[in-house]
Amino acid sequence: MAKKSMRQAINEALASEMRRDPRVVIMGEDISGGMGAPGEDDAWGGPLGVTKGLMPEFGRGRVLDTPITESAFVGAAAGAAASGLRPVAELMFVDFMGVCFDQIFNQAAKFRYMFGGKAVTPLVIRTMFGAGLRAASQHSQCLYPIFTHIPGLKVVIPSSAYEAKGLLIQAIRDDDPVIFFEHKAMYDDEAEVPDEAYTIPFGEANITREGDNVTVVAFGRMVQLANQVADKLAKDGIECTVIDPRTTSPLDEDTILEEVEATGRLVIVDEASPRCNMATDISALVAQRAFGALKAPIRMVTPPHTPVPFAGDLEDLYIPKPEQIEAAIREIAA
Amino acid sequence: MSEGIDAITMPKWGLAMTEGMVAEWHMSSGDRYSRGDEIADIETAKITNALEATKPGLMRRIVVEPDEMVPVGALLAVAAEESVSDEAIDAFVTEFQSNFVPPGTEESSGPVFEHATLSDGRSVRYLRQGTTGGATIVLVHGFGGDLNSWMFNQPALAEQFDVVALDLPGHGGSSKDVGAGDVAAMSQAVAEFLEAIGVRAAHFVGHSLGGACALHLALTSPARVASATLVCPAGLGPDINMEFVAGYIDARRPRQLRPVLELLFHEPGLVSRDMIDDVLKFKRLDGVPEALATIAGAAFAGGRQSHVMTEKLGGLTVPAQAIWGLSDHIVPAPDEAAEFDGLTVHRLEETGHSVHMEAPSKVNALITEFITAASG
Repeated sequence: MAKKSMRQAINEALASEMRRDPRVVIMGEDISGGMGAPGEDDAWGGPLGVTKGLMPEFGRGRVLDTPITESAFVGAAAGAAASGLRPVAELMFVDFMGVCFDQIFNQAAKFRYMFGGKAVTPLVIRTMFGAGLRAASQHSQCLYPIFTHIPGLKVVIPSSAYEAKGLLIQAIRDDDPVIFFEHKAMYDDEAEVPDEAYTIPFGEANITREGDNVTVVAFGRMVQLANQVADKLAKDGIECTVIDPRTTSPLDEDTILEEVEATGRLVIVDEASPRCNMATDISALVAQRAFGALKAPIRMVTPPHTPVPFAGDLEDLYIPKPEQIEAAIREIAA
Repeated sequence: MSEGIDAITMPKWGLAMTEGMVAEWHMSSGDRYSRGDEIADIETAKITNALEATKPGLMRRIVVEPDEMVPVGALLAVAAEESVSDEAIDAFVTEFQSNFVPPGTEESSGPVFEHATLSDGRSVRYLRQGTTGGATIVLVHGFGGDLNSWMFNQPALAEQFDVVALDLPGHGGSSKDVGAGDVAAMSQAVAEFLEAIGVRAAHFVGHSLGGACALHLALTSPARVASATLVCPAGLGPDINMEFVAGYIDARRPRQLRPVLELLFHEPGLVSRDMIDDVLKFKRLDGVPEALATIAGAAFAGGRQSHVMTEKLGGLTVPAQAIWGLSDHIVPAPDEAAEFDGLTVHRLEETGHSVHMEAPSKVNALITEFITAASG
């Protein structure tokens, strides 16, 4: 198996599903670049080059550069999904979702329910999230807890290039709207990724490290940090189980509860703002259903409740760091 | 290299391996060992296994401490007879270390797999290593395996032979269409594959279901088969552990799969997390669940082997041997009293269904001797 970047893994997932199913179309701002203008074709391939090469292979009919109007093209994608296509819309930064909440929350998420189960909405919205690229407070948020809150949406956060390809193919084949979160600092991260198509089911957490002392639940890029810390602590005799839930909706509650019952100790690492995020959600789950198994307080490692700072030093301070994860684990491991 | 001094180096198990570490030394300086003795346990990302001595010797110097990650080919230890002075060994170590260049990382990015196309358009992935001009060996893996299951055998056999390991249809990097999925259909694909790469006849080594294919071809197309080595083969009795077959197909998570894969070995500790992850990754590929279910339904219908060839062994016209791990939990080893026409059976203690992984030097030696005799 060859090593591939997450950028390449996502590109392969899109290309392979577009080859397999003519109903799959992709749309978004500059996903090819230059539509309707006399300049260079396929100049961009998206802001970070993820969709480059798809327009030359599949043509303008299936690779649609849209105007800078999220409300219009996300609405169009939802409508296209409800009427027979399987669109993958790229919403450049999740921070821009605000202008198309109605299309997502009230329309796409509700079609199946409002039409008595007779409508399907096979829509995928790919979007970039996360801090670390000095992109300031309007281009660095996580926001997946907001989408997790809405019944009718599925929410996916891949933690590696391998996970990204399998989860995106699964998302495109799914008949419900899926919000697919790509951490903008991970596009160059490499992993062994098969050339062939494969799927990773939703709602099945991945246990990336196995240990008896502390359970760590982490999301997206935080899974990598949690793995690093677990490897380091294993040398000091503190063995951690690390859980990557892969999807926040559906959430694999059983795996989290089973592992907490086995270790009795829980640390949750979440890059999203600390109020009403996945860390608080999972804390509530465990407090309700596995309280008797807890041997120590639950610890959450999150950023502070503040906009993501633009100043580099402050942004670095903002993002959860391995040292914080290690301290939280050590504090309750004793 | 100096006269009478042997360098014991980090082995390369599988194309993807670039580094490894000694998990535990089984001998210390001054110990004398024979061929096949376990020198150390080597841990890689994929597997932990014993490094076995390929010839007898006297351990003189341990160079690498346990738990130190070193590249493939790095000096682990030095063996030499008493007649060699400590100073000569010092000089040997110094010279080795100053000349040692770790293998480049480009190897890890692109293993030299090749693909052949069958007449019906299906693609078969294979790896060919070894000596041009040497007799050709074809390695056929079992149910759920792939060509990497020969990682301890193919490089060693390649020192003397031309060795081709393939992925059966439905497995590894080959097309996932298995046709009827029975022993005859899989054997037919192997025969067509050999035709496609221009191999007229070869010495077959088949494991488990691959063993049944080798035996089937030996009986039905003897012109293609110079000899057959059947490693814990299917096809010689009705028994098959369906706990393994069904468990392999059904398991979706590491915790479900671990006990299933442990059935493959005498020593369950050989099953690493990476091995489990590799199997789960394979099972997620498009078409694999259907391929495995088709094969299981055709080859192991009703929990018994559908293609038993014991009665036909009398018709064997090519040399054939079987090698069985006595703790085989998948296809149980036949008892001592059982005799098979035209088939020499070797039973190896303290090894399971994956005897070729658990006792590679013994298995490699049996294969080498057998093929050398058969070609002579």
